[in-house]
Amino acid sequence: MSEEHEHIVSYKLFALIWGALLILTGVTVWVAQYNLGALNIWVALGIATLKSGLVVAFFMHMKYEQPVFKICLLAALAILAIFIGFTFLDVLYR
Amino acid sequence: MSEHIHKDYTGAKLGMWFFLFTEVLLFGGLFILYAVYLQRYPQEFISAGSQLDVRFGGGNTLVLLTSSLFVAISITALRRGQKTLCQGLLAGTIISAAIFMINKFFEWSAKIDHGIYPGSPHMYEIAPGESIFFSIYYITTGLHGLHVIIGALIIAWTMLKIKNGSVNAEDWVVLENAGLYWHLVDLIWIFIFPLYYLILH
Repeated sequence: MSEEHEHIVSYKLFALIWGALLILTGVTVWVAQYNLGALNIWVALGIATLKSGLVVAFFMHMKYEQPVFKICLLAALAILAIFIGFTFLDVLYR
Repeated sequence: MSEHIHKDYTGAKLGMWFFLFTEVLLFGGLFILYAVYLQRYPQEFISAGSQLDVRFGGGNTLVLLTSSLFVAISITALRRGQKTLCQGLLAGTIISAAIFMINKFFEWSAKIDHGIYPGSPHMYEIAPGESIFFSIYYITTGLHGLHVIIGALIIAWTMLKIKNGSVNAEDWVVLENAGLYWHLVDLIWIFIFPLYYLILH
């Protein structure tokens, strides 16, 4: 049976998120034309992270889930950050 | 006597999320490879990356974002009892997956025609950093493409379950979890696109 906290997201909100994702894709293509040196990769990653946030929060309903889902997501992202961070501690300061 | 069937939606969805976390770490490993070699061969990555066609990458970005919208809306449609609309949106998602793979076919074919494929003689002639870029490109986009195919099969299977009524407005967690898988495929591409196709164009 469905649980009471289950939230039905409206078509309109989904369409707005989709529009935002398209605009952000346009921005990332536009910015990539300019040579900003090392900043290019950080701008690209920043926009990609923002887009992922929209997909996870709305398309994947994370915004409407119980706290346990959010805690697990944070834990997984923390593990990924440690994975990346420790690799670079080795690569950069070897 | 009707038996009460226990449905644990929180458990089912949490289990799916745990699986998705392992997928994130799997692709995370490939992105680490990319990051480490980008740091070691920045110029070679730029010259190799500029050989990828941004129209294929950009086009496939639009296809995946739109298919993600279809899947997201299909859940709302099913829960509002609009079964036909839900089925149509899921069919649209499978068509999107096919368009994505056809694009990929033409993209890879063009690269292979230019002698750029793992183990080709050309790969030994170009700078080591460039051949590493293309090797990671093939592994990452290849594994992602496999996920697109699997995602489309899962959605097709879910469509059958909706058709026979075992997934319906009151019992939709199978569609929800299939959707979560599809959104993950979209998420991975959101990072692949700028890192591989837009690196200093």
